[in-house]
Amino acid sequence: MTTTTADTALGQIRPVARDTQRMRRIARRRRYLMNAGAAVLSIVLVVWTLTPIFNMVMVSLESHNDVFSSRIWPAYPSLSGYWLVLSQGYWYLEFFWHQYGNSVYLGAAVTILTLTIGSLTSFSIGRMRVRYGWVVTNAALLTYVIPATFLAIPFYRLAQTYGMMNNIWSVIAALVTFATPYAIFIFQNYGASIPMELDESARIDGASPLQIYFRIYLPLMAPALVAVGTYALLLAWNDYLYQFLLLSSKQSMTVPVALAQFLNSDEAPWNYMMATAIIYSLPPIATYYMFRKKMTGGLTMGGVKG
Amino acid sequence: MDATQVLDTGRARRLPWLRAWRGGLQGSEYTWAVAFLVPYIAVFLVFVIYPVVYGLWMGSEPSLYTTLFNDPIYWMTIVNTLLYLGIAVNLKMVLALLLSGFFMRPGWWVKALLMIYVLPWAVPSMPAFISIHWFFNGDYGFLNNALYDLFGVNGPAWLDSRWLAMGSMITSYIWKWMPFWTVIFLAGRMAIPSEIREAAKIDGATGVRSFVHISFPILANLYLVCTLLSTIFTVGDFNTATFVTGGGPAFSTYVLATLGIRDAFDLSQPRLGVAAVITALPLVIPLVILLMRKLKTAQVQL
Repeated sequence: MTTTTADTALGQIRPVARDTQRMRRIARRRRYLMNAGAAVLSIVLVVWTLTPIFNMVMVSLESHNDVFSSRIWPAYPSLSGYWLVLSQGYWYLEFFWHQYGNSVYLGAAVTILTLTIGSLTSFSIGRMRVRYGWVVTNAALLTYVIPATFLAIPFYRLAQTYGMMNNIWSVIAALVTFATPYAIFIFQNYGASIPMELDESARIDGASPLQIYFRIYLPLMAPALVAVGTYALLLAWNDYLYQFLLLSSKQSMTVPVALAQFLNSDEAPWNYMMATAIIYSLPPIATYYMFRKKMTGGLTMGGVKG
Repeated sequence: MDATQVLDTGRARRLPWLRAWRGGLQGSEYTWAVAFLVPYIAVFLVFVIYPVVYGLWMGSEPSLYTTLFNDPIYWMTIVNTLLYLGIAVNLKMVLALLLSGFFMRPGWWVKALLMIYVLPWAVPSMPAFISIHWFFNGDYGFLNNALYDLFGVNGPAWLDSRWLAMGSMITSYIWKWMPFWTVIFLAGRMAIPSEIREAAKIDGATGVRSFVHISFPILANLYLVCTLLSTIFTVGDFNTATFVTGGGPAFSTYVLATLGIRDAFDLSQPRLGVAAVITALPLVIPLVILLMRKLKTAQVQL
């Protein structure tokens, strides 16, 4: 070996420098490709997500003649469909506001009852540690995994037997049954992060369990209550089956049941239906975006039921 | 409060166990504790146990099952249900898992995209599926109009053949429910300590390798529990089949949930409807047992 030290040094340094340069170029190209891929994926996702919603909005703005045409944008977009729904100007919509009221009543009742029953149960099991509390926890877990459709037929028969048909409270009962197990889980988990010492000191001061529940437990549980409340409201708003089976009179039915009735008419007025659908969808969308941050924390499994 | 806490019932159940009220419940406290439980126990007995027992009694006649098995629609329904569960649920979960990785990317526009992406979840299912039914209409639907305007293609009548209708149904289902599970997996990923990912990055694991060796092993349990849960819920999915395809063409896209309701109410044979639903139990019960075990024993370590 007769190469000089200088030669060796040069011979080593140059390829290394060239290598790093090439690797940097590769890395840059890869980053560029990744960004391009992300941009394409984003566009695909936006189109995928918004196309059906765009369709909904577009049909609701069409006139009756436009509905049965091959346009993808109405010739004369107008809000008359919405006005017709809001002024109850179509024979299927004669009780629209009343039925909307029923839907709101249903959602509110399901939310309040779920929160009350769920928080009482988890307070008793998780905080007071009542004996055999685990039996109740397991019963709730079991309820949670029963597909809602499975109980629909027996529920209908029982409602008939006890004269609860066309009574919104039969639907409220069914939906509360399906919403509470989830509430119990969330509350028990969330409650575990509240220090027991708070309860202890209140006990020493002579507070009764009821006082501890109202003055300490509920205020500290506020974030979980908001998350579960939103969940219960969305569950009631998503349900169709129980409302359809148990409510059939025009006075007692809710908006989704009324909306499905349109489908049975000979020539379904799609523009009015879509306007109704959008008006019905607004409260859950608003609620969702309002409490989105808390939902992603509190809502894990279960938004799927119904 | 993070997403994985719920799955972690094993740990969560032990925690309050250790930290109870000192000296147990004293005097009237015990009465209060029991009183607080009464509402839920009442709900459970009246609205779960009673209907379940009543339902089992309704479907206890063996002759019902002979009638059911002689119905050609029934067998078509079973095939549809299995396909629906197998394809729709799994495709949705895999896509949700992969997309949750995409939404981990930094940047304001990914966050903005997530806001748009979750919209289908907030739209109530029944109005959404009704609009999708019209969307797929062969003559006047948006899809075929758009296909013609953009590409000059005459699209097929999506809801008039069994397989196209099944495909439409599965697509609608994925559209509606994928965002929800993406958010769950996203929460699961966020809970992975960033040190793990950074350490792997220093060791040279990026992209696919980081997913295969780090994210997936950590998320595997969450993924399994979510898939089981989603499968069980989807067995009871009534809205998708009812409103997207209406069970048509010619009863060829019924699933068990809609067949049960049809037998009970369109044919006025409630017992037959209950029997149809009961035949799903051999599939559902093992899934429930597996899920209960997973929820109890498996610690989802995150």
